[in-house]
Amino acid sequence: MRYSAFRIFKEGLTGNKGWKPVWRDPEPKAEYDIVIIGGGGHGLATAYYLAKEFGHRNVAVLEKGWLGSGNIGRNTTIIRSNYLLPGNEPFYEMSMKLWENLEQDTNYNSMVSQRSILNLFHTDGQRDAFVRRANAMFLAGADAELADAAALRRELPFLDFDNARFPIKGGLFQRRGGTARHDAVAWGYARGADSRGVDIIQNCEVTGFDIQNGKCLGVETNRGAIKAKKVAVCVAGSSSRVMAAAGMRLPIESHVLQAFVTEGLKPVLPGVITFGAGHFYVSQSDKGGLVFGGDIDGYNTYAQRGNLPVVEDVAEGGMAIMPMIGRARLLRSWGGLMDMSMDGSPFIDKTHIDGLYFNGGWCYGGFKATPASGYAYAHLLAKDEPHPTAAQMRLDRFRSGNIIDEKGVGNQPNLH
Amino acid sequence: MIIPHPLLGPRDAAEFVYLGDASLIDRPDWQAEGAMEQFHDYGYLRDNPAGQHQELWYHEQGDRSWLVVTRDTLTHEITQVELARDVARARGRDK
Repeated sequence: MRYSAFRIFKEGLTGNKGWKPVWRDPEPKAEYDIVIIGGGGHGLATAYYLAKEFGHRNVAVLEKGWLGSGNIGRNTTIIRSNYLLPGNEPFYEMSMKLWENLEQDTNYNSMVSQRSILNLFHTDGQRDAFVRRANAMFLAGADAELADAAALRRELPFLDFDNARFPIKGGLFQRRGGTARHDAVAWGYARGADSRGVDIIQNCEVTGFDIQNGKCLGVETNRGAIKAKKVAVCVAGSSSRVMAAAGMRLPIESHVLQAFVTEGLKPVLPGVITFGAGHFYVSQSDKGGLVFGGDIDGYNTYAQRGNLPVVEDVAEGGMAIMPMIGRARLLRSWGGLMDMSMDGSPFIDKTHIDGLYFNGGWCYGGFKATPASGYAYAHLLAKDEPHPTAAQMRLDRFRSGNIIDEKGVGNQPNLH
Repeated sequence: MIIPHPLLGPRDAAEFVYLGDASLIDRPDWQAEGAMEQFHDYGYLRDNPAGQHQELWYHEQGDRSWLVVTRDTLTHEITQVELARDVARARGRDK
């Protein structure tokens, strides 16, 4: 069923009786060409692009819980491509371009809103670093715009420009950045994949792999064994647990990142704003709530909840750039599991086991990468060679020394 | 989280800095056969278990001792705290 304004009008006049479930609920078949483990944003996007762009329709997505029950529904919905390094920036810019056309492509309202993202700077040194970043963005075909404090005062008068400790000296805009409706991204990809024949199997937990003579022949699940020519793991915070079943240790630690939302307010924030002297980012949802977050808690955990010191730290970051946030009441907070990698950058790669592929290590930047991650992973699965923009996201890069460390802090996952 | 420090009693986790898996105590011998491979695994690969996890915490805003904390990563429950020095000695890592 194709969605359109006409369709809404027609359904409105006929009692909304024509709407159908958006995807099927099939029983798993005994064998598929490709089995994707993980029915989150990246897994569903992979299935969608496999079916649409690469012609693979005998594909299953296995999801332990319900569709989109992980980080795709727990993030702060920011999309952007303001990275620095050549191993990252072209990939995220491809993602940005896919975001820009996502709704037309999937015929689903993902509410992609290019309302801009602004990274504030507070020192001359930071300004110089942002100029360098902006130039790196231009090289990859992205947009960037440096604004001084006077320009920001006109546009965002509520910021605390004359803060005694961290005065705001300016900021780096990416006007094409913004937000998207996170759940709808998963639903749009699921609908698009399902309508092209992909089986999305929920409540199906993978318990092990069928690996013989260095070759992966399928998976064992709580709903029986499923054979597959290729098995693609895509499980974010659970990466280490799943890959341990294949006997692999990963350069990943699982951490918790908290997010927060206030009561609904009248429109105050035009776009996304990030603090340059601490870790704090905020945007306003279409319902009016201020959605914000900051640092990860910093210790290994699989509990989807965090501790109070980080809540305090995030609140302090908010107060430092926009004191008016102190008048808003916090409505909810929650946590999600981040697969923090050793250099802060992700992996989209084959493993040493034939037929077993891995996508993970997205740290807390996975949402914006959803379209490109799916596209590049589908490319790898279909052609057995990496997509050019993801060619450096290899599992063996620590052995070869080709790390992609945006911050340059080394192999300390909780500092990325 | 409250970490029961073996010398100082219960302390707020915010006083500590977290380093990671306590396997970092077991630094490979740089002269050993295959030291390159061992250092790769030591530096970059982690078990990252869901459940009991032995990990290193540094009491930066306290007595500056290194602790080995045994904590459940599913519940955050802490079941054992030792001085890292004692653990390292027991493993023959320190004099």
